[in-house]
Amino acid sequence: MSTDTLSNHGDHAHEHDHHDTSGTKLFGFWVYLMSDLIIFGSLFATFAVLLKGTADGPTPGEIFELPFVLVETFLLLFSSFTYGMAVLAMNADRASQVKAWLAITFLLGAGFVGMEVYEFQHLIHEGFGPDRSAFLSAFFTLVGTHGLHVTFGLIWILVMLIQVQTKGLTDMTRPRIMCLSLFWHFLDIVWICVFSFVYLMGVL
Amino acid sequence: MFGKLTLEAIPFHEPIIMVTAAVIAIGGLALVGALTYFKKWGYLWTEWITSIDHKKLGIMYFLVALVMLIRGFADAIMMRSQQALAAGGAEGFLPPHHYDQIFSAHGVIMIFFVAMPMVIGLMNLVVPLQIGARDVAFPFMNNLSFWLFAAGVVLVNISLVVGEFAQTGWLAYAPLSGIEYSPGVGVDYWIWALQISGIGTTLTGINFFVTIIKMRTKGMKLFRMPIFTWTSLCANVLIIASFPILTATIALLTLDRYLGMHFFTNDFGGNMMMYVNLIWAWGHPEVYILILPAFGVFSEVIATFARKRLFGYGTMVWATVAITVLSFIVWLHHFFTMGAGANVNAFFGIMTMIIAIPTGVKIFNWLFTMYRGRIEFTSPVLWTLGFIITFSIGGMTGVMLSIPAANFVLHNSLFVIAHFHNVIIGGVVFGMLAGLTYWFPKAFGFTLNEKWGKRSFWCWLVGFYVAFMPLYVLSFFGAVRRMQSYANSDWQPLMIVAWVGAVIIMCGIACTVIQFYVSIRDRKQNLDLTGDPWDGRTLEWATSSPAQFYNFAHLPEIQGVDDFWRMKQENGGKTPLSEGPYQDIHMPKDTWEGPVIGGLSIVFGFALIWHIWWLAIVGGLGMFGVFMARIFREDVDYYVPAAEVERIEREHRKSVERGVPQSSTYASQVGGQA
Repeated sequence: MSTDTLSNHGDHAHEHDHHDTSGTKLFGFWVYLMSDLIIFGSLFATFAVLLKGTADGPTPGEIFELPFVLVETFLLLFSSFTYGMAVLAMNADRASQVKAWLAITFLLGAGFVGMEVYEFQHLIHEGFGPDRSAFLSAFFTLVGTHGLHVTFGLIWILVMLIQVQTKGLTDMTRPRIMCLSLFWHFLDIVWICVFSFVYLMGVL
Repeated sequence: MFGKLTLEAIPFHEPIIMVTAAVIAIGGLALVGALTYFKKWGYLWTEWITSIDHKKLGIMYFLVALVMLIRGFADAIMMRSQQALAAGGAEGFLPPHHYDQIFSAHGVIMIFFVAMPMVIGLMNLVVPLQIGARDVAFPFMNNLSFWLFAAGVVLVNISLVVGEFAQTGWLAYAPLSGIEYSPGVGVDYWIWALQISGIGTTLTGINFFVTIIKMRTKGMKLFRMPIFTWTSLCANVLIIASFPILTATIALLTLDRYLGMHFFTNDFGGNMMMYVNLIWAWGHPEVYILILPAFGVFSEVIATFARKRLFGYGTMVWATVAITVLSFIVWLHHFFTMGAGANVNAFFGIMTMIIAIPTGVKIFNWLFTMYRGRIEFTSPVLWTLGFIITFSIGGMTGVMLSIPAANFVLHNSLFVIAHFHNVIIGGVVFGMLAGLTYWFPKAFGFTLNEKWGKRSFWCWLVGFYVAFMPLYVLSFFGAVRRMQSYANSDWQPLMIVAWVGAVIIMCGIACTVIQFYVSIRDRKQNLDLTGDPWDGRTLEWATSSPAQFYNFAHLPEIQGVDDFWRMKQENGGKTPLSEGPYQDIHMPKDTWEGPVIGGLSIVFGFALIWHIWWLAIVGGLGMFGVFMARIFREDVDYYVPAAEVERIEREHRKSVERGVPQSSTYASQVGGQA
């Protein structure tokens, strides 16, 4: 890290704008994401410890359906691409395109969450709910925490759709779209870990 | 309708609780009455509750911490009294159910609601001033953090009267804290008080980390930052990296208790040892979150009052960084007896011993700073000297505990209790009280009374040794922690000595209260008109006392460590005053959303504790709605006109030159209230 002063001030006519500049916001959001990553890290570690704690219940290989999860995965990966398009549109100052790409991203994300809810509901229906064994507790919590994050991301996309509609692309909405972009890609990366360590390693 | 909550939740049969509740109720009513009578509600709302001024938030953190110190101490003196009485078959005056709540509450309150807010309060007050900034990076979030913390405080205090508190010890080890062995609401109070305030702490950590990285003034390179800022930076790194583990761990315990999951249960594949590992993976960094800023305070105090540059600035920084890193690889020393095996225990034992090295470097830096300095024996210096001796002893007993073989004998004994009070009282409490005395004039514009400050120090110092040295001795006779009563009446004399020590500490707390009273009464004689009462070395002393809401009329530009000292030398020993022309200053606006979200989080937590699901939904949706209101609000900032800045600065200049106080200071506001 540079030891030079990171001066956000002094370049302006007034000695102001030294707080809540978009750079500070983005940096702060990065730091938040790192702390969130530690929550996921704790949950991954917990999952690893409890993997064998099946208590005569189902093992990972018995309940995971890889093709189903693969579709889920592609929905989320593709939504990262469409969000990237939204950011490109924002940089080109095309508000209506931003809204269109955000809407597509929302639909893909909603599809992902919907499939996950279906998977959970299906497992619970079979009698393999989170209270069945420590392994299932850890599985539901890890995957569910990710799903909850995606759900918050969906709400956030809706908020941004409203704000871009009412306020346009302003100094207020732009950094928020960038932060949401970080959040969305971050959830994608976490999901790749979930897919690899939970589903793939569980089945293979 | 009201979930598990019935009138039976209020412990009418417990006279101690009822009398306490009555006293709190009367005191609370008197306060509300006084605020109404003197028409201060509006003032309180606009000047304090909704304030995003980091200095005022710092003051509020410290105020809550001092109130909770009295609550936590009340628990302490009850425990010492119980153990002084309950020997050789005697039952004492506290039944086990109550005693267990008291030792749990004492630990939780002292760590989360006394030590943490003191540390965070000082950071709020001092860090932006030391780095020459006008505010923190995210002022609204700073206000929100405070109110989430306050919500945790409120929940813990509600548990005193409505229901019960956890009987599990301050870390609520599973499976004892699981639903099977703790079916009551005590653990749920613990869960939600810590979860809500913990999220506030994480936000604070992010906020101050970004503030220090991004908002330093011109010329303030990382290696020119004051040591308190450095230690705060490292403490915030620790917060960011460790508090999420606490959040996750508490969430897992919550799922076990509320949804019947099996993370930490005995059966269905659960693993209780994972709880202990997770909680200490947060818990050990936590103690360094507390002690590092205290180290920072001592560094500032000793350099200022020895009138010398701090000896070994670079080594001090690197020692701090080393401790920050090492604090994450020692957690297992809290449970060597778990049975991780000789190799694992040896690794963690050695890592723990290694921490003593950077800590020792710091001790020598402070000693060499004093060497050939012209030390002024003010009360902050006394706290520092008391710290150096007491903390060194505590550090050595810590190294003893880090030897796994010895630890098998000492585990869960009073030795552990004596050790961590040795470092937490001798380190954190002394440090925070030193910091309070040192920076009080920067917050209020007048200095604290020295006579009562010194009396407080001597009471705390003597009281600490009288209270805790007997516990070291008792541990060798086999006395363990958390005893409601004990059979061996040979232990009683030393228990009584320990009780006397607690009473002496109580005198110390009383001295601090008297110190506040005397200082406010005599504030006209103790005014700090220059903004630099101690002839300080760092930027917080370059501005007026109390600092204006914008901190600096012009953002200072610095050239090295302790640059304010150089500025004074070049200006004939006087603080250079700001000169025109001034410019408009961009400032954030106050926020109603922070306190309202905090209030709703109390509703949310309380409802979840008592399983009042509809109310939890109301609280949750309420928080979401208010947050949305904030998200859609655009008038979040404003400009202070240059003319206004000029008027305030001219008045400050006048008060420095003529020795007349400024009109718009906290000192005069306090006067208005008193």
